[in-house]
Amino acid sequence: MKLNELTIADLRRLLDNREITPREILDDTYTRIDAVEDKVKAYITLTKEAAWAMAEAAQQAIVENRASLLTGIPVAVKDNLCTKGILTTCASKILPNFIPPYESTVTQRMLDQGYLLAGKTNMDEFAMGSSTENSGSHTTRNPWDLGRVPGGSSGGSAAAVAADECIAALGSDTGGSIRQPAALCGVVGLKPTYGRVSRYGLVAYASSLDQIGPITKNVTDAALLMNVIAGHDPKDSTSAPLEVPDFAAALGRDIRGMRIGIPKEYFIEGMDRDVEDAVRAAIKKLESLGAEAVEVSLPHTEYAVATYYILATSEASSNLARYDGVKYGFRAAGKDLLEMYMNTRAQGFGAEVKRRIMLGTYALSAGYYDAYYKKGQQARTLIKQDFDKAFTTADVIVTPTTPSAAFRIGEKTADPLQMYLSDIFTISVNLAGIPALSLPCGFTGSGLPVGLQVIGKHFDEAALFTVAYAYEQSTEWHLRRPAL
Amino acid sequence: MSNDINNTQSSPAAAPPVWGNGKYEAVIGLEVHAQMLTETKIFCGCPTKFGAEPNTQTCPVDIGLPGVLPVLNRKAVEYAVKTGLAMNCTVARCSRFARKNYFYPDLPKGYQVSQYELPICEHGSVEIVVDGAVKRVGITRIHMEEDAGKNIHEGGGPYSFVDLNRAGVPLMEIVSEPDIRSPREAAEYMKKLRAILRYLGVCDGNMEQGSLRCDANVSIRPVGQKEFGTRTELKNINSFRFVEKAIEYEIRRQVKLVEEGGRVVQETRLWDPAAGITQSMRSKEEAHDYRYFPEPDLVPIVVDQEWIDRIEATLPELPDAKRERFVSAYGLPEYDADLLTAERPVAEWYEAAVAAGGQPKAVSNWMMGELMRLLNEENHPIEESPLTPDRLAGMLRLIDNGTISGKIAKTVFEAMYRSGKDAEAVVKEQGLVQISDESAIERAIDDILAKHTAEVGRYKAGEEKLIGFFVGQVMKAMKGKANPQMLNDLLRKKLAAW
Repeated sequence: MKLNELTIADLRRLLDNREITPREILDDTYTRIDAVEDKVKAYITLTKEAAWAMAEAAQQAIVENRASLLTGIPVAVKDNLCTKGILTTCASKILPNFIPPYESTVTQRMLDQGYLLAGKTNMDEFAMGSSTENSGSHTTRNPWDLGRVPGGSSGGSAAAVAADECIAALGSDTGGSIRQPAALCGVVGLKPTYGRVSRYGLVAYASSLDQIGPITKNVTDAALLMNVIAGHDPKDSTSAPLEVPDFAAALGRDIRGMRIGIPKEYFIEGMDRDVEDAVRAAIKKLESLGAEAVEVSLPHTEYAVATYYILATSEASSNLARYDGVKYGFRAAGKDLLEMYMNTRAQGFGAEVKRRIMLGTYALSAGYYDAYYKKGQQARTLIKQDFDKAFTTADVIVTPTTPSAAFRIGEKTADPLQMYLSDIFTISVNLAGIPALSLPCGFTGSGLPVGLQVIGKHFDEAALFTVAYAYEQSTEWHLRRPAL
Repeated sequence: MSNDINNTQSSPAAAPPVWGNGKYEAVIGLEVHAQMLTETKIFCGCPTKFGAEPNTQTCPVDIGLPGVLPVLNRKAVEYAVKTGLAMNCTVARCSRFARKNYFYPDLPKGYQVSQYELPICEHGSVEIVVDGAVKRVGITRIHMEEDAGKNIHEGGGPYSFVDLNRAGVPLMEIVSEPDIRSPREAAEYMKKLRAILRYLGVCDGNMEQGSLRCDANVSIRPVGQKEFGTRTELKNINSFRFVEKAIEYEIRRQVKLVEEGGRVVQETRLWDPAAGITQSMRSKEEAHDYRYFPEPDLVPIVVDQEWIDRIEATLPELPDAKRERFVSAYGLPEYDADLLTAERPVAEWYEAAVAAGGQPKAVSNWMMGELMRLLNEENHPIEESPLTPDRLAGMLRLIDNGTISGKIAKTVFEAMYRSGKDAEAVVKEQGLVQISDESAIERAIDDILAKHTAEVGRYKAGEEKLIGFFVGQVMKAMKGKANPQMLNDLLRKKLAAW
């Protein structure tokens, strides 16, 4: 077995026992990348040189007994996280040459632990999309079926983990952008509670919804990576000044007596039969482990997608205003200032980004604010209250992560609304600000992975790890690898 | 906004000025931007010093690079609350920031972080005095915001430069009710705001450097009409004189327009100080839609009572209260009290001199006369006066005990100011001690009278104004050191007996 196929936990043990070195892990990882990247195309930028230098430092730390959890572990980072001195493009033609002079808080925390940056992964432009087809760079492919999408917007990160092109990865999740690609690629993805992980250095899409989280090969690694990146950051006013529990301690706890909420609104008409079967079987499995399934209701679920596309696009229209060709990035010529602005943004942004900027600009404009933005905020409150109420009877809520398995490249690009519906089960969680984790729970008849979503109360990621770990230990879905 | 303007006028109310042969009155509201005197910017740790090399006081946060986030400067909140308390406002327990979206090269993020709904302070007032009448001007709101950068058009090429040193500098916007009725009132209101801000130490009030600037909303309406007329907004007025001139020009322009059958259109106008006119900048039709919405990168600002109490405890005595106390405690005329309390350091200098033993009216006279003259000559603020309050008190003691005359005191005062020495040292060094020796003065008088027998003759014949001539001659002979009272008495006695 190659080292790049192992998990953080395995590699840590081997490194600490001096059985392997960071260079060997990196060697296997880049050998794998060289072999499959042409097919998968998970990365925008490979940072080999930096990674080798980091491996050198990691080896030194191990020799001097200063190793931390991530010392010597290659992790891929979504290309909307700022990495000092390393190209950060957000997969947009408007940011072709942006090299941040600062480090995002999450990657700084990983640096402090000696991680190796494998590379910056592909994504939908500015994290807008559900298939990574909106990338201004190229389309990433699903390692399970190269004719299908890896999901999005963190499709590059999910595909890189699934294809063993890194040990773990970071993604960002605004409406499902970690969980949906994790489900489609058969790996574990966690969207933490809003405020649990600092957003400093994450290029904003929709500030009130964005959250950074881990994409890993199993639940244990997700908990370990969360131990590194979670916690209050004075540079992010919206990060919660709360103690962070040791998430690894939540693994292995008994789930007997835990109440698993099953929202009746999530088993909908039009859901893929294989997906529904896999999820229902997973619920049975949890019951067999001693959990109690209870029906809960989330009555405002039907408004979630509409609410999301009003609020997220409103914030996006403002967050993306800074790409104007004046200070950095791409600039198009124009005969005057206005024309320069218009040409720059017309040529620099892709179609989906423009669509969302226009939606948001419209929703915020005078005369429509009350009808759209304000109504959206009110609907958001109702959706939050749904969850609050459901959590009075349930400890966690379990749903499918996506209504169907990975779709074909090009299948939904002509119909944005169809594309938006692939996030139908994940979006409410961002609106409510609560944590949710997706893990593999089976395969479709055609061999595509299916994801199970476990949703928790505010700041109760621990419950997600407990439930997900118990399930994972009793199944073998997470051990299957795509044949590439 | 309150339409009930009648309640805001305290008695004795002067009749509001009218225009166009008495047919119209003006309705004016001011939006004043004050730069807060914080050491660092409102959302990052960059310094706020004026006049640094372009773009040397910037960081990824204030220039809005991708991925960075604002962190609110607590001091800015404190300054805004302090100002609100000083202007009788209600301080919001929970307020929040919003984004004001528009494109401009000097606006790095494509939006300005400001307050919109839920400002930090609301519903206050300040009092002004115009032509002896006290008038209360309502404060609608005070909110915080970040400043934008500056476009520099230099070099004549087809390009401009952008300096972002000012981007992110904390501002307060103080918005008045439309209570102001004349250009004079507007100027007085501005002066009062400036005095309060400077007393509080929250803004240096420097209009030339743009730390205090003002936009004016001006409309006219027929006298007696309740409804407001269509208003225009005058942008970026940066001196008290221009406040008055710009508003007056605008009122006259609107009256003339209406008189000629025209209609005032709602628009933004720029004051051109060189031409002395206002000019249309943009009309409402092309006005911005700022698409305000709550700033999601910042949490709401929560100000609890304990914090308000702590800030309130740091409030200094404000100009109005100080003026009243100067009148009642020191027996000063209103005029003196007004001048001495306009600036806090002047008032403090005054009180220090009185505390050092100076007689209140005498201190006032010397400050308003000699001291201000000397400071003005060198353009020094009073904080840099080489003459200290206790030295003035010391000099006044020498006058009181007859060591020096009031006339010599002027020389002593200037010498103290120039040298930084105290009065006694100056008097000793320059031999300025007053001569109160009766026989010495008598000898000098005898001398002078003997030399000017002709003038004595004319005096005796009734030309009494010659007394001044004799005093002058004797003083000159005695190098100005004769006790003037004694000299006068003795001279008259001698002349009578001649």
